[in-house]
Amino acid sequence: MTDNKQANADRYWARNLRLLMILLAVWWVVSYGAGIIWADSLNSFTIPGTGFQVGFWFAQQGSIYVFVALIFIYARLMNKIDEEFDVHES
Amino acid sequence: MDVQAWTFLIVGSTFALYIGIAIWSRASTTGDFYIAGRGVHPVINGMATGADWMSAASFISMAGLISFMGYDGAVYLMGWTGGYVLLALLLAPYLRKFGKFTVPDFVGDRYYSNGARIVAVVCAVFVSFTYVAGQMRGVGVVFSRFLEVEINVGVAIGMAIVFFYAVLGGMKGITYTQAAQYCVLIFAYLVPAIFISILLTDHLIPQIGFGSSLGGAIGSQVANGETITLIEKLNQLNTELGFKEYTSGSKSMLDVLCITGALMAGTAGLPHVIVRFYTVPRVRDARISAGWALFFIAILYTTAPAVAAFARTNLIQSVSEANYAATEGEKSIPQWFKTWEDTGLLAWVDKNEDGKVQYVAGSALAGKPAFGEGRGAHGERIVTNSNPDTANELYVDRDIIVLANPEIANLPAWVIALVAAGGLAAALSTAAGLLLVVSTSVSHDLLKRVFVPSITEKQELLAARVAAGFAVMLAGYFGINPPGFVAQVVAFAFGLAASSFFPAIILGIFVKRANREGVVSGMLAGITFTAAYIIYFKFMGGTPDEYWFGISPEGIGTLGMMLNFGVAFVVSRFTPEPPQEVQELVEHIRVPAGSSGPSAAH
Repeated sequence: MTDNKQANADRYWARNLRLLMILLAVWWVVSYGAGIIWADSLNSFTIPGTGFQVGFWFAQQGSIYVFVALIFIYARLMNKIDEEFDVHES
Repeated sequence: MDVQAWTFLIVGSTFALYIGIAIWSRASTTGDFYIAGRGVHPVINGMATGADWMSAASFISMAGLISFMGYDGAVYLMGWTGGYVLLALLLAPYLRKFGKFTVPDFVGDRYYSNGARIVAVVCAVFVSFTYVAGQMRGVGVVFSRFLEVEINVGVAIGMAIVFFYAVLGGMKGITYTQAAQYCVLIFAYLVPAIFISILLTDHLIPQIGFGSSLGGAIGSQVANGETITLIEKLNQLNTELGFKEYTSGSKSMLDVLCITGALMAGTAGLPHVIVRFYTVPRVRDARISAGWALFFIAILYTTAPAVAAFARTNLIQSVSEANYAATEGEKSIPQWFKTWEDTGLLAWVDKNEDGKVQYVAGSALAGKPAFGEGRGAHGERIVTNSNPDTANELYVDRDIIVLANPEIANLPAWVIALVAAGGLAAALSTAAGLLLVVSTSVSHDLLKRVFVPSITEKQELLAARVAAGFAVMLAGYFGINPPGFVAQVVAFAFGLAASSFFPAIILGIFVKRANREGVVSGMLAGITFTAAYIIYFKFMGGTPDEYWFGISPEGIGTLGMMLNFGVAFVVSRFTPEPPQEVQELVEHIRVPAGSSGPSAAH
């Protein structure tokens, strides 16, 4: 690999890691955070118009919806980053 | 037509469909057999992954489990879905770029060691067999309950079907049958869920009904004129009967965190799931395919907690203080109560001899019901192991929640038949995926890569088929003679995957410095620690008050995983760095470009 190509690969990898950090932070907050650690305090609120206590909803419904969204967002952004750094598949 | 005729018709036609697909998608090369020639569309792969992942336990037992656990059931919901985020972001795209055929392939090549490869093979085979025995049993149970054939005959029929499409079609056959099985199982799950949602909340969509006010035919009776949400009512009913509130948990927070963590990492590390992402054409397909997989899984996983809450409300409402014998003008138990009592999944002991069902906190019986001869004073089945320490008179097996849903909601016979076909689809699809991992481990990882590298393509394909055949028979044997420890070892499967594969693969991709010495010692430390903890508490009579920091064996995989990471990291620092070609391999898998071709060059 030439130095130039190597530098490009390194920058690509750093971008990738930053995206992963952000998405995994969201992943952590909705599940371990809202669904478990803060669930008790969040349970004193209900989602307006429903019977869902907020902590319980995150634990049994909300976190799963966010998980699905996260993967689609990841796939989309990653494909863009691939093209930006010209490492996408032909 | 009666239920049985419907069941034969629906189950028979789904089986014919699976066989038809198997014949259409025969495998002719090892590439076809192991990874479906890498030609699977990402959405189809998503469906197949969904069916592969959702086992008899997800389909039949999970909603019931949540129904009795309330909030704590969230560990399964989050654990078994959150793992897909890890899989999609940290593993699947890179393993797809790596190419090759199996998880031990990656471990062996990345850590330039046949020792590491063999450790990975042993883990893969152990994890898969643990799982598959339960699936075969599930097939037998569904057959015996809905078609009134012996459990063993049911297992044999299931074996024959799996044998046919796994041996003939390999991964290619399995992929397309799994996609069909996903459609069958999700339809079978949603139809009763939608009906029961309408009956209890007057809402078509269970996920919305779950959060709504009571309404509809059964719901308005439960509400009794009040305007009250289902969840509030359920909390009230639970509290009145001495159970904890439905929306609050009884496990310690640390334990909930650890169990969720072990299930997530375990899910991401299960070889039969990972290998599905080798079957798509490109890296970008692997990313989006994981999204589709979780989307298809989430349809069931967000419906299950709704079904759990509906069923719990309906169960308490219809049986609490109801007369066992039909009594004019008073509340009596519904017909399904007696049907399921006959199957032994439900039992009633009239402890205070008032002829009414008292359903309160505490276990009614000492373990599972032991039935005696004849009938009691009110016509109930005699139970011989009543537990005198509690006032609770009712034993309910958690599997009833899904299996009896159609009867509870008074649904037509074809829906009941559909649930049978759905349960079979869930069990067969998971069994096939697992058996493929076992057969590939033998023919590819052990024969081709370690012991007989000179084997030809044709011979390897034959070896894979023979291994699949043997694996099916062994699985069937375990289905007919289930080892008593099957339920206990499920914790093993996840704990082991979390404490062995997951860290090894993550380090292999993200830490270039991770070397053979580090990762092999990390895997051994993680597995030994996790296995020792589980064996001590599950088989050697350890009691819950001896748990470390209150962490149950189900959650110990999280600590095992951390130990693995820690040991691997430290040992890697003090031993020589990986050879140049391995470092280049890591560079190679980190970028998508150049992924095509059946065996990735490096």
